[in-house]
Amino acid sequence: MPNVTSQIVACIPALRRYARGLTRNKEDADDLVQDTLERAWRRHALWQQRGDLRAWLFSILHNRFVDRVRALRASPAEPMDSETGSGEGIAVPARATQSDRLEVRDLDAALARLVPDQREVLLLVAVEQMSYEQIAGVLNIPLGTVMSRLSRAREQLRGVLEGREVISRLKVVK
Amino acid sequence: MNTDDNSPVTEADLHAYADHQLRPARRMQVEAYLAAHPRDAARIQAWVTENEMLRALLDPVLREPIPVRIPVAPARSMIPWRQFALAAAIAFCSASVAWVARGALDDQKLQPAAALTPATPVAATFARRAAVAHVVYSPEVRRPVEVGADQEDQLVSWLSKRMDAPLKAPHLGRVGYELIGGRLLPGEKGPVAQFMYHDGSGQRLTLYVTRETAPSGDSAFRFAQEGPVNVFYWVDGKFGYAISAGADKSELFSVAQDVYRQLAPG
Repeated sequence: MPNVTSQIVACIPALRRYARGLTRNKEDADDLVQDTLERAWRRHALWQQRGDLRAWLFSILHNRFVDRVRALRASPAEPMDSETGSGEGIAVPARATQSDRLEVRDLDAALARLVPDQREVLLLVAVEQMSYEQIAGVLNIPLGTVMSRLSRAREQLRGVLEGREVISRLKVVK
Repeated sequence: MNTDDNSPVTEADLHAYADHQLRPARRMQVEAYLAAHPRDAARIQAWVTENEMLRALLDPVLREPIPVRIPVAPARSMIPWRQFALAAAIAFCSASVAWVARGALDDQKLQPAAALTPATPVAATFARRAAVAHVVYSPEVRRPVEVGADQEDQLVSWLSKRMDAPLKAPHLGRVGYELIGGRLLPGEKGPVAQFMYHDGSGQRLTLYVTRETAPSGDSAFRFAQEGPVNVFYWVDGKFGYAISAGADKSELFSVAQDVYRQLAPG
């Protein structure tokens, strides 16, 4: 028990990082983490049958996130289902920067263009560095779906980043 | 990914390669493929760069202080449970539901230390005897106890003398129970003490104290059910304790916590 408590606390920074990537907004991200922790503390005595504690916490956060996306569905900005929707298209805000070099900030904007379920997989792979099998468990989807979402997320990201470079170059020419 | 080492390289293999998720043998095969397919090698390089950039974007969050509104401990109502757990690294398990929360966890993998802490035969028998003694004496209207709570001091010194160890009758007013008194019972090899309590509705609860258990540093908290009687039992130092009642499990558990706190050595 004491170990469970401190293990849960030890996961908070990573949960915040993941939530920040999902929402790209500090307040929204911490709302999500707060919900997640409140739920986790109510149920942590029961965690053990679920195996990996980190995976359990991330799956709670995932469920909170899905609920939230559903609630926001009135807003067309967040279609959840990449299997049917194609997201927003890849129009990129043309931000005036001096350089057309790929920057972290551009990546943030590109991340925002991904549909939520692709964003989840990409962040769990790239940032949380979970195994594909763990991710399948966290998101409760088949391994094949993890791979197809990852593949689409990377394709989409590439397209956005390359599109941004083109726009920058055009701006420079102008 | 988990394909045969000689099977053709798949798109999934390329992703797994970028994410360091391939087994070494497969990895070498994919490397051989990439040497011949520079466009795929370039895609992989781009993915690796994007992974790094995503971490560069988000890792600073790890160094931020955790905002106050994010709870870093269970809510207040759960604190007694938590302190109790911290004090004793408790296993709390149920024969029927078979769940356990236990302290001894592996750092990284967090696998359950034991899917279910098995009740030792001795502990199981003393819990059963406690339940039987509860069933026998708690319905007793006229003589539920040998010595009443009005003579608590005498009761405690008598039982302590017969048990050859200092006993205490815990006070359970905080969890809604009042001492009725106690009695001496035969155990397997010697005397056993039973304290009886009741709540406002007359529901009775007994605390069974024995020295017939092997001393244990493991204050695991165990649960058993004997017909309508629920029992929480544990071994602490040289004593074995069992709390029996018809009360529901969560209520009984809070009583057991209180008893544990009052009787724990030191």
